[in-house]
Amino acid sequence: MSTAAGLKATPLNAVHRRLGARMVDFGGWDMPVQYSSIVEEHNAVRRAAGVFDVSHMGEIEICGPEAFDLVQYVSSNNAAKLQKGQAQYSGLLYEHGGFVDDILVHKVDDDHYFLCVNASNQEKDFDYISTVNLKKATVEFASDRYAQIAVQGPKALATVQKLTSTELAPIRYYWFADGEVNGIPARIARTGYTGEDGVEIYVAPEAAERVWDAIFDAGQEFGIKPCGLGARNTLRLEAKMALYGHEITASITPWEADLAWIVKMDKGSDFLGSAALLKQQQSGVHRKLSGFEMTGRGIGRDGYEVRVDGQPAGWVTSGGPSPTLNKNIGLCYLPTEFAATGRKIEVMVRNQPVEAITVPTPFYKRPKQ
Amino acid sequence: MSTYPENFRYTKEHEWVRVDGDTGTVGITWHAQNELGDIVYVDLPKVGAHVAERGSLGSVESVKAVSDIYSPVSGEIVEINDELTTAPEKLNHDPHGEAWLVKIKLAAPDEIKSLLSAADYQSYIGAE
Repeated sequence: MSTAAGLKATPLNAVHRRLGARMVDFGGWDMPVQYSSIVEEHNAVRRAAGVFDVSHMGEIEICGPEAFDLVQYVSSNNAAKLQKGQAQYSGLLYEHGGFVDDILVHKVDDDHYFLCVNASNQEKDFDYISTVNLKKATVEFASDRYAQIAVQGPKALATVQKLTSTELAPIRYYWFADGEVNGIPARIARTGYTGEDGVEIYVAPEAAERVWDAIFDAGQEFGIKPCGLGARNTLRLEAKMALYGHEITASITPWEADLAWIVKMDKGSDFLGSAALLKQQQSGVHRKLSGFEMTGRGIGRDGYEVRVDGQPAGWVTSGGPSPTLNKNIGLCYLPTEFAATGRKIEVMVRNQPVEAITVPTPFYKRPKQ
Repeated sequence: MSTYPENFRYTKEHEWVRVDGDTGTVGITWHAQNELGDIVYVDLPKVGAHVAERGSLGSVESVKAVSDIYSPVSGEIVEINDELTTAPEKLNHDPHGEAWLVKIKLAAPDEIKSLLSAADYQSYIGAE
């Protein structure tokens, strides 16, 4: 589907417009940035539940007897650790160790993996994986077969449970189950991009609106709200989840991005980027992703220069007000020697240095139940 | 929605000015705050500063975006709305009233003649 302006549209586009959402061009997609207020939507997810249309995300299916070997080769994490019904966050890397994308690898079966990838990277990812698919696993660009709805927040499971016979509580974090939602076949994954508990539901595009409506009926008693990309960004920043094009790019490696946990050098086989990563591991990393809080008056935002002792030292990858913490927070790249917490830095806000300090991350961690 | 007072003059950059004698009170429009969303930060010039017509009056930031504010008129800043420093969200609730930004002693009162009337501003934002 596409809009008059030539933007790509999700199956829920008309729903967003009916709800009065403010729509923006998000990497070529016509997407809702907010419905009411970013802060209200953000708070709904932290305190009750919020619903996001994330149908713009891409899906790639890898099948056949060679599926496992291909996934192990393209993914920096270790797919051998996955059981059926389990998912893992991973990197799709260039040979030089930089990011093509960050991906979610779901193991559906021994010969079937389901990848969820970033909207604006999906064609690039598919082409890249296809190029290295020398043993001819079946690689399918499956984005057109899936709509995706994220229900996030402390009341997310209670909401979705009303609509499915699949027991949600036993699905552990980063596991998934194939079942139904409101009678519609669905993949229900206990994943998300907000730092809250919740699920991401994959359904056929033609069923998306019925599932969306049913979720709102079910969540009404909790004060469930539709949430746009604005709240999605403030939520993921508080939880320090990386955003492609910001914390991770083609010129950033997982070591630099504080994502060593998604790189398994010891998984027993080479993978895309492994040689370069090994080299960087041995020679040392010169810059590191750090969290900061503004201590002076001002908001550090994406792309702003960071200085240490008055000298240019790095840049802000994501920054802005944190509705939960009521502080101005951000992530930035700094030379490794300055990256430890407690370091005073300056963020250049409209050509004026404003004081900030590096702090531990994530900025927000949800309370244990 | 909000009404746009008839006794204000407006810019295409969504500022307003209300003239009382030789002083102009300046703010941002309802449309501007609505476009910005939740306003979290306001940066204003100092009292005594001189500002040119279309010169910078500081900035307003929402959760999502930064917006520069330009002065509809030239003159000297005689008062700033300090309350916005601690309560910037007032700009979302009452941008045409309590949440004015600065008061300027007009250097060239004729400048307001080139600004938009309430009716012209509303048809401008309607067409935008």
